Amino acid sequence: MKKFLAQTYLWILLILLYAPLIFIAIFSFTEARVLGNWTGFSTQLYENLFTGNVNGSASLISAVRNTFIIAIVAALISTVLGTLAAIGIHNLRGRKKSTMLFLNNIPMLNPDIITGVSLFLLFVFLRISQGYATVVLAHVTFCTPYVVLSVLPRITQLSPNTYEAALDLGATPMQALWKVIVPQLRPGMVSGFFLAFTMSLDDFAVTFFTRGTIGLDTLSTFIYTDARKGGLTPELRPLMTLIFLIILILLVIINVRQAKQQNSIKNK
Amino acid sequence: MSKRHNWSIPYFVFMVLFVVLPLLLVAVYAFQDGNGRFTFANIVRFFSDSNALSTFALSIEVAIENTVLCILIGYPAAWLLANRKYNRSAVTIILFILPMWINALMRTLATAELFNILGVQLGKGTLLYGMVYDYLPFMIYPIYTILQKMDKSYAEAAEDLGATPSQVFWKVTVPLSMPGVRSGILMVFMPTVSTFAISEFLTNNKIKLFGTIIQENINSSMWNYGAALALIMLLIIGISTLFNKNDGEEAESSLI
Repeated sequence: MKKFLAQTYLWILLILLYAPLIFIAIFSFTEARVLGNWTGFSTQLYENLFTGNVNGSASLISAVRNTFIIAIVAALISTVLGTLAAIGIHNLRGRKKSTMLFLNNIPMLNPDIITGVSLFLLFVFLRISQGYATVVLAHVTFCTPYVVLSVLPRITQLSPNTYEAALDLGATPMQALWKVIVPQLRPGMVSGFFLAFTMSLDDFAVTFFTRGTIGLDTLSTFIYTDARKGGLTPELRPLMTLIFLIILILLVIINVRQAKQQNSIKNK
Repeated sequence: MSKRHNWSIPYFVFMVLFVVLPLLLVAVYAFQDGNGRFTFANIVRFFSDSNALSTFALSIEVAIENTVLCILIGYPAAWLLANRKYNRSAVTIILFILPMWINALMRTLATAELFNILGVQLGKGTLLYGMVYDYLPFMIYPIYTILQKMDKSYAEAAEDLGATPSQVFWKVTVPLSMPGVRSGILMVFMPTVSTFAISEFLTNNKIKLFGTIIQENINSSMWNYGAALALIMLLIIGISTLFNKNDGEEAESSLI
């Protein structure tokens, strides 16, 4: 009985969490412009999404492209900057180290509207015209701390001897870094990269304040402007449905693989 | 390993330029008028503007209500998920986090549309529902992580010493899980205070939160007043992080 109640509770929560997503998915299979009107089954919206020949869907596709380009570039820069910083911070002592860690925490604790407004004021102050570059810079600002925090524990686990051994065996410091240190840090860098990537994909407020007036749109700002104009571009429905399916499939694959790995460890 | 500490210098310079300087500029703009002269007028304007003050109070109120609701709904869920008796699979927790990967604005709009179809009036109730909907996973996850890592022997020891199940729960499990609850509060409360788009969508612009008036001022080129409002929000956040200084790091590291 207790178990039944417990499971009912979890199921109700899950149904409520997924209701809007299922709602979008169902109405992606009809042509009506307004979400919630059913005008018969149709895959027209999916066709529009892929051919991009309907008024709204071309700018939607470019918004999706911008979102991914910005996320990849920002995540790459953050990973390099953050990994270097993590190695540096690890070798710092005392006051300097705690100052760096404190600074690193600020962007994570700042709400995104503050990050957005403050960077907006910076670009206005320096008279930098806002667009692609400023959005990427802004994203690097709030993504890098996550890379630092995912690489730092890896460095702490490193044995300093491996690096010394490489040097003793005749490697230059650069070689020792590339062939010995970086491979050991790779898991931390990879998880940092993906963390930065998802933070950037998800962002709305920071992009909103730093994209300037050149008409640069990411998915979030596109949806925001669209909704304020009244009436969402209907092609967003199939797009969201597809994104949801892709994430679901990715997670299932990752989990199955993890479960298999754990099983094989147990069997050994 | 000699000069490797120098590698933090690029990041240090980057942070001074893109984190510290912008925050200082918020303070500078807040105390300037349109011509760049020093003034207290922006701060005075906020404290004499009854509209802005009531929006501010409402934002804090909504944030507190949202946080409390997230704890009340999220704690039992996290507890059940971490309990082997009720949940054996690790996939269930992922199902709770999965919606976070879908664009929050899109989910919020769909929620608002669902309310329209069901004939529910958009207002404070729907706003709170949407807030809880958006932030609940941020409460469930840190509590779940702490409960999962918790050493079961404490609870067993309490049982052996004659504690009833409810005593074990209130006197052992809950106190030990407080760090998770505090991370959850940090991750729910502060974003709620500062949110802007979500409240606009869920109330059809009927209810404004503090984030919305910051955005409106900045967008209509009232930078100085906007900066003053941002500075006030920054102070609130500074104060609330000082209260649980170490938990910020915990919150973020539990995310990773």
